[in-house]
Amino acid sequence: MTRLELRQVRKRFGPLEVLAGVSLNVAAGEFVSILGPSGAGKSTLFQLLTGAEKAEGEMLFDGAPLDDHGSRFAFMPQRDALMPWRRILDNATLGLEVQGVPRRAARERVAPLFAEFGLAGFERAWPAELSGGMRQRAALLRTVVQERDMLLLDEPFGALDALTRAAMQRWLEAMWRRHHWTALLITHDVREAVLLSDRIYVFSARPARIVSEIKVPLPRPRTADASVAREAAVLEAGILDTLLGATDPQPSAQRRPKGDDHD
Amino acid sequence: MAVPSIPLSGGDTSGPSPRGGRSAVSSAIARAAPAAVSVGLLFAAWELYARYGGVRPTVLPAPSRVFGQAWENREALMDNAIPTIRATLAGFACSLSAAFLFSALVDFWPSLRRALFPLLIASQTLPLVAIAPLVVLWFGFGLLPKILLVALVTFFPMTVALVEGFGATEKEIGQMLRAMGAGRWRVFWLARLPSALPYFFAGLRISVTYAVVGAIFAEYAGAAKGLGIYMLNAKNNFRPDLVLAAVGVSAALTLVLFGLTVLVQRLAMPWERAAAERGGEGRQ
Ligand SMILES: Nc1ncnc2c1ncn2[C@@H]1O[C@H](COP(=O)(O)OP(=O)(O)OP(=O)(O)O)[C@@H](O)[C@H]1O
Ligand SMILES: [Mg+2]
Repeated sequence: MTRLELRQVRKRFGPLEVLAGVSLNVAAGEFVSILGPSGAGKSTLFQLLTGAEKAEGEMLFDGAPLDDHGSRFAFMPQRDALMPWRRILDNATLGLEVQGVPRRAARERVAPLFAEFGLAGFERAWPAELSGGMRQRAALLRTVVQERDMLLLDEPFGALDALTRAAMQRWLEAMWRRHHWTALLITHDVREAVLLSDRIYVFSARPARIVSEIKVPLPRPRTADASVAREAAVLEAGILDTLLGATDPQPSAQRRPKGDDHD
Repeated sequence: MAVPSIPLSGGDTSGPSPRGGRSAVSSAIARAAPAAVSVGLLFAAWELYARYGGVRPTVLPAPSRVFGQAWENREALMDNAIPTIRATLAGFACSLSAAFLFSALVDFWPSLRRALFPLLIASQTLPLVAIAPLVVLWFGFGLLPKILLVALVTFFPMTVALVEGFGATEKEIGQMLRAMGAGRWRVFWLARLPSALPYFFAGLRISVTYAVVGAIFAEYAGAAKGLGIYMLNAKNNFRPDLVLAAVGVSAALTLVLFGLTVLVQRLAMPWERAAAERGGEGRQ
């Protein structure tokens, strides 16, 4: 069942054309990634979905036009956007508080999830006391507890070092297998997209169009055995070629997407 | 199912190490030492010059004389310091409330900023020497003209600090809150107001020093009691030692108020300490 559907969505900021007609869809319980070079307009797409910006084209949710933006998506911005003045527990309950859940009840709903997110014992810590990986998990916790129809994740691991990022990707895959969130993930890390997604949309450089849509038929978990890992590697290589070919008419070494440094 | 959280939280579980009490004290002494030395040297040079430089004590009294006279006249000084403190605090409180209200309005309706900021900037170019006697002339010798003058010198820096502070809110936080369904007022309360706190306290530290100067100026222009009028009388009686004693009291007053703002900031922003302690370590 299709939940989110975009038809020919266009966006320009003054003279700058950012999205040149993007059509995509996400089904219920599906994990879909958007893969594209830096500055392509990926975050802009989320700005449209969350209602921060207006666009041309059709945006449908469950078949109806997306006008009541607030209630559909739980959005995790590109930077973790943790509030430094709130303890981790209070950051995690933020979305519920905005929804009008009393603070006490919100805390009771969030607290049991801390262990699952590897944050047990850090409920009363300030964000500044956490490592980068923990901050991302706290931000993710704040996002999923909102229990919205769909998760919008904007490069949740983009700022992490390669080792932490790999660990976080595996962790997120395990979490998704358990919860089956409907999710749209932005990334410029090809490996991340292949590891996590059911489908991948590859964006061109700005103005962004979809240059290809790739199904990832690999069984999960995708890190468990060597044969799956080999298949994933083949898929990754193909996607990287598409990405570099589509984004870069010049020698490809110069404008490689920044997420592929470990490939 | 095992969630691989163990390898992630490797070095994280130790928590911030408690700061040793003794090292904190000795580091505080170490930090205060340069200031104490420079002040001590200044006073020593001044004392020597006043004693052996051939200047009359009615022109430049030695610091020992200033301290001695300050002690002898401590009651009069205290008596005059209290109205100054009252004027400073009352004026500052009024100016803070007005600055908060005004900066919040500007945050909600940015066009107000363009309409009113030129006026505010112009208000800062008014020379206090000229305006203080006028304000006293209009509003008398009571508390009101002092409040007005203190507000005049502190309102602008506080407003600018707050407006900039609101504007410094992380864009992502605003976008995320709106995606959560928060309205403008909610965003202001949950994000913009706390984001402005560091700016607010920076402005507060500066303004509190202006506030004391403003109050003294107002009293200088006309008052029944206060450090300002005390200085004026002492000067007219050829008692520079008492003028300097009153200056010392106002300096002490400013330092205390400054210290109070630092203390309040500590209490109001406990997360800053956590950030500072972690600051040295590399982020993951
Ligand atoms: N509010 C805005 N006003 C004007 N231009 C904007 C605005 N938001 C984004 N842009 C421009 O749109 C382009 C795409 O930005 P966007 O943040 O969507 O890129 P991105 O694909 O998310 O890149 P990255 O991978 O680096 O995060 C950029 O050139 C940016 O400068
Ligand atoms: Mg982006």
